Amino acid sequence: MRHLLSTGDLDAATANLLLDTADRLKQALLGREVHKLPTLRGRTIVSLFYEDSTRTRVSFEIAGKWMSADTINVSAKGSSVSKGESLRDTAATLAAAGADCVIIRHPASGAPHRLAAWGDRDSLEGHGPAVVNAGDGTHEHPTQALLDAATLRDRLGSIAGKRIGIVGDVTHSRVARSNVLLLATLGAEVVLVAPPTLLPVGVADWPCRVGLHLDAELPGLDAVMMLRVQAERMHGGFFPSAREYAIGYGLSERRLALLPEHAVVLHPGPMVRGMEISPAVADSPRAAILAQVRNGVHVRMAVLYHLLAGAPEVQG
Amino acid sequence: MASPRRARGDEPAGAGSDRDTELLTESDVARTIARIAHQIIEKTAYEPAQADQVVLLGLPTRGAPLARRLGAAIAEFAGAAPGVGTLDATLYRDDLRRRPARSLEPTSIPGGGLDDKLVILVDDVLFSGRTVRAALDALRDHGRPRAVQLAVLVDRGHRELPIRADYVGKNVPTARAEQVAVLLSEIDGRDVVLLRRAGEENHPGAGATGGPE
Repeated sequence: MRHLLSTGDLDAATANLLLDTADRLKQALLGREVHKLPTLRGRTIVSLFYEDSTRTRVSFEIAGKWMSADTINVSAKGSSVSKGESLRDTAATLAAAGADCVIIRHPASGAPHRLAAWGDRDSLEGHGPAVVNAGDGTHEHPTQALLDAATLRDRLGSIAGKRIGIVGDVTHSRVARSNVLLLATLGAEVVLVAPPTLLPVGVADWPCRVGLHLDAELPGLDAVMMLRVQAERMHGGFFPSAREYAIGYGLSERRLALLPEHAVVLHPGPMVRGMEISPAVADSPRAAILAQVRNGVHVRMAVLYHLLAGAPEVQG
Repeated sequence: MASPRRARGDEPAGAGSDRDTELLTESDVARTIARIAHQIIEKTAYEPAQADQVVLLGLPTRGAPLARRLGAAIAEFAGAAPGVGTLDATLYRDDLRRRPARSLEPTSIPGGGLDDKLVILVDDVLFSGRTVRAALDALRDHGRPRAVQLAVLVDRGHRELPIRADYVGKNVPTARAEQVAVLLSEIDGRDVVLLRRAGEENHPGAGATGGPE
């Protein structure tokens, strides 16, 4: 693995290898006072965030630090980006300064792919840094999908053959895209439930089914993933009001009761309580939202391990 | 890639070919494990009442089932089972950057932890000593044992570090280019230790999971 740009690039073997590695790392750190492994000593990881983030940025930084890498955070605010520097120049600068890995979050879909392609051409060494997509526009967020899969595997025992519902603002959700691709690769049956206005064009070609009525789907689900309504990306009326959205597609206590006893509730965060998920559901033991965050650290350690620990891979 | 590898016997095609010499048969393996168990009981002054003060930690892959077998043998001979666990030291290896990223193996430390215990590391083959060094580094992060000892089924020589085993099943003088393959029924379907001649190093799978000891 040279970069992690899309879950669509992962075959089942690679995806399972990453999830297994995350499990092993969790075991290796279990019950220890010292959360430090020497594995990535001397490697430098730069996170380049052009959008706000709490959990992704923090958990990547913890993951890097727990493996003894040097981690540096650059946010668009307060860097030369605000002086008008282009993404390509910023990336080339980071590589020249010695970054072995660049973790990027960017509002433009495809920015990490561009970065990966530029990296080799702009580099002084002939190969650019490993690039990890930490969320690009409305396109993908691969490590979120991996941590969701890790959480589902923990809670349900396996993923193959399970029916997973993804509910809400699918159009603007990179989490949904990455999850649909990854969960389908891992053999799950994915059902998208969303108002028609929040289903993207071309969804018929995705490896999943589309349902419009949440109440009808809930009893058959092994897990339900609630998506945040991304008001910041909405220009125009996608639904009449927040209240109406919550009534149609929010996960209320009444709806929680429709789910089978074993089913798990996931949310990628940040949650808008009272909109897509009611506070009582978010805090219920059925919700695995904090377990997702915990797994996020181990999954990101696994990704960094496979990108950075081994011999440099020659670009094929 | 410069140093020869210890084949792990993952490849059925390689096992049992004409170029292999049998170092230990199935009954030899059983007898050797029983002997090491007796030695551990004697050398550690093993007391059933304080069985939890001794922890056997197998180094994956094949050290793990060996540690379980040794634990069972000690329980049979002394009447109380020591702690048994698994310690994967891959994350502490000094040769990670020399090959593509390896997959990690399970780690399980017995519930009582390792502080002030007598820890006995268990592996199948002792070669360069680098795996043991990595395991010692990993141990340091898991706790502070009272003492650490090492038990191996085969010592094949060619140490690259000042490390020696406290319990050795069999000393085998080898050439660097030869490989010692330990096959265990839990993983390989049968118990046998083979000396594999040089020249088979490049057959498929030889490098997939094995590493310089």
